[in-house]
Amino acid sequence: MKFLKAIVAAGLVAASTSAFAADITGAGSTFIFPVLSKWADAYKKESGAGVNYQSIGSGAGIKQVQAKTVTFGATDKPLTVDQLDKDGFAQWPMAMGGIVPVVNIDGVKAGDMVLDGDTLAKIYLGTITKWDDAAIKKLNPKLSLPSEAISVVHRADGSGTTFNFTDYLSKVSADWKSKVGSDTAVEWPVGVGAKGNEGVSGNVGQAKNTIGYVEYAYAKQNKLTYTAMVNKGGKTVEPTADAFQAAVANADWANAPGYYLILTNQPGDKSWPIVATTFVLMHKDGSDKAASQEALKFFKFAFDKGGKMAEDLDYIPMPESVVKLIEKTWSSEIKS
Amino acid sequence: MADMAVQSDVMEAAGPYDRAKALSAFRLGDVTFYWLTRVCAVSVLLILGGIIISLIIGAWPAMMEYGFAFLWTQRWAPSADPPVLGALGPIYGTLVTSFIAMLIAIPVGLGIAIFLTELCPQWLRRPIGIAIELLAGIPSIIYGMWGFFVLGPFLAYTFQPFMIGLFDGIPVLSSIFGGPPSYLSLFNAALILAIMVLPFITAISVDVFKTVPPVLKEAAYGVGCTTWEVVRNVVIPYTRVGVIGGVMLALGRALGETMAVTFIIGNSFRLSASIFGPGTTISAAIASEFAESDGLHQSALILLGLLLFVLTFFVLAAARLMLMRLEKKAGN
Repeated sequence: MKFLKAIVAAGLVAASTSAFAADITGAGSTFIFPVLSKWADAYKKESGAGVNYQSIGSGAGIKQVQAKTVTFGATDKPLTVDQLDKDGFAQWPMAMGGIVPVVNIDGVKAGDMVLDGDTLAKIYLGTITKWDDAAIKKLNPKLSLPSEAISVVHRADGSGTTFNFTDYLSKVSADWKSKVGSDTAVEWPVGVGAKGNEGVSGNVGQAKNTIGYVEYAYAKQNKLTYTAMVNKGGKTVEPTADAFQAAVANADWANAPGYYLILTNQPGDKSWPIVATTFVLMHKDGSDKAASQEALKFFKFAFDKGGKMAEDLDYIPMPESVVKLIEKTWSSEIKS
Repeated sequence: MADMAVQSDVMEAAGPYDRAKALSAFRLGDVTFYWLTRVCAVSVLLILGGIIISLIIGAWPAMMEYGFAFLWTQRWAPSADPPVLGALGPIYGTLVTSFIAMLIAIPVGLGIAIFLTELCPQWLRRPIGIAIELLAGIPSIIYGMWGFFVLGPFLAYTFQPFMIGLFDGIPVLSSIFGGPPSYLSLFNAALILAIMVLPFITAISVDVFKTVPPVLKEAAYGVGCTTWEVVRNVVIPYTRVGVIGGVMLALGRALGETMAVTFIIGNSFRLSASIFGPGTTISAAIASEFAESDGLHQSALILLGLLLFVLTFFVLAAARLMLMRLEKKAGN
């Protein structure tokens, strides 16, 4: 009998610890997936709790967290305060990253070519069709550009990267705003669609005379020819960690209700013009409060110790002042 | 010998043999087996019906919103307010790529089958036959990658510029083969599809060609027919039904192929007169947009799926009808 009791007790202990170490579940943005999985690995080593994150796309992530099949969702397109209130969500920014235009032209090296917002919009609208167009030549007097048709590559799938890119084009071009607008998937006037950041980088890497847009890490890893951009201040900037930092330094998170802030076309002489943020969504009054608290512990760990890991992967960690704000949001909004 | 003696001893030791009991056990087994297989067969119908019903339910909002205009509206703007969604682009792309694919695959596939059955030296038959079978076994994503990394550059830098130059200035043809050359186009997708469906056409044709009674062929050769005449007047007429079956099977695959096509067709909803321009197919559109879609957009994608279902159904139904007619004719 004693023996039996011991077995039952051991079983109970095992069950309760395994319940404690239940995986934190999340779904959504593919943009944040690389850094999130790195944080998850480190967190598992430290706390023993795993994070099960499915990078199925922002839209699908929102749906999953609405259906309460996962504890948190991640999206590159922030929800407005109205939408947040409707679903009873808390929202906060988790990490930021740069989006860069990439080209493939014979003789043009990374950072050689300069583009401004208006020209980029015209290329994607199909009004500029050749690489030796006067507008491009004016920005790049030193480059010898071929008289070849520009082959435009965009995302075929709905994507937060597309949302931020088209949001930028809408801000700098009235034409773009009225004809196309900004969303995770838009009605592209020209070009071919490729699936995912990797699809776009594959296309631009392979085919000559193409232009596309990808998250910076993809451009770097695939050694693609990124362009410099003229920013809001009229200065030419190259996509570097410093330029991304400069863009987010001026962001006024404190006065953005629900942290609804899109970081494209930010002011500042050194700011890179197209920066995307991934937001985390969670139920304020979730049905499984223990799971919510476990998830918050993970996010706190990511903010406290994950900054270096994010920088290694070319993301921009949230500044300390913003993290303080976010932690206040947690304690005031998410019920434990 | 010794073994058998031992065995019969055991049988007798087990006592008298209960015949009726054994028979009823057999009957029970038969009945169980009958119902088991019957349930399996009926479950196919249930699954098919379930798929159709859930497709219709999912597609209902889009059907109500767009009606039949969905079929001939070209604009696809999920982010417009309200979203404007039309299926003409994907339908056009599906039909054009499948048509070009069949245009290439039927003659080549039949050519291979004729060579294998009529002309090929015995020692070469197995290698070619196995190669064809392997072609059928390659996963479609591999075709997509090969089409993009290997076939794409060749078509974009060599074949397409040549064709564009060749037909430059000729009305109609110059717009069908219009530039600029591209890695991602309807033609590239059609070519990959042709390679993918080739094994279906060849394998089935080889099988049915083998059913032609040798005496018929020998008689034809005996009266002085050339190989071409034997194939044209004996083999093909004798096996028409089977060949058409194989072609229809291949067409069914071409219409529904997804991954390889999504990779190389360019995923553009605009109609392009040039086959070197980008396009999309029904299945490619669903594959690339479904994950991030919601509301009416998602419903429209499900409606696209339903359309593909109907399209494939009609192709197969037409094939059956044709085969029935041919059989009747042959019977008369």
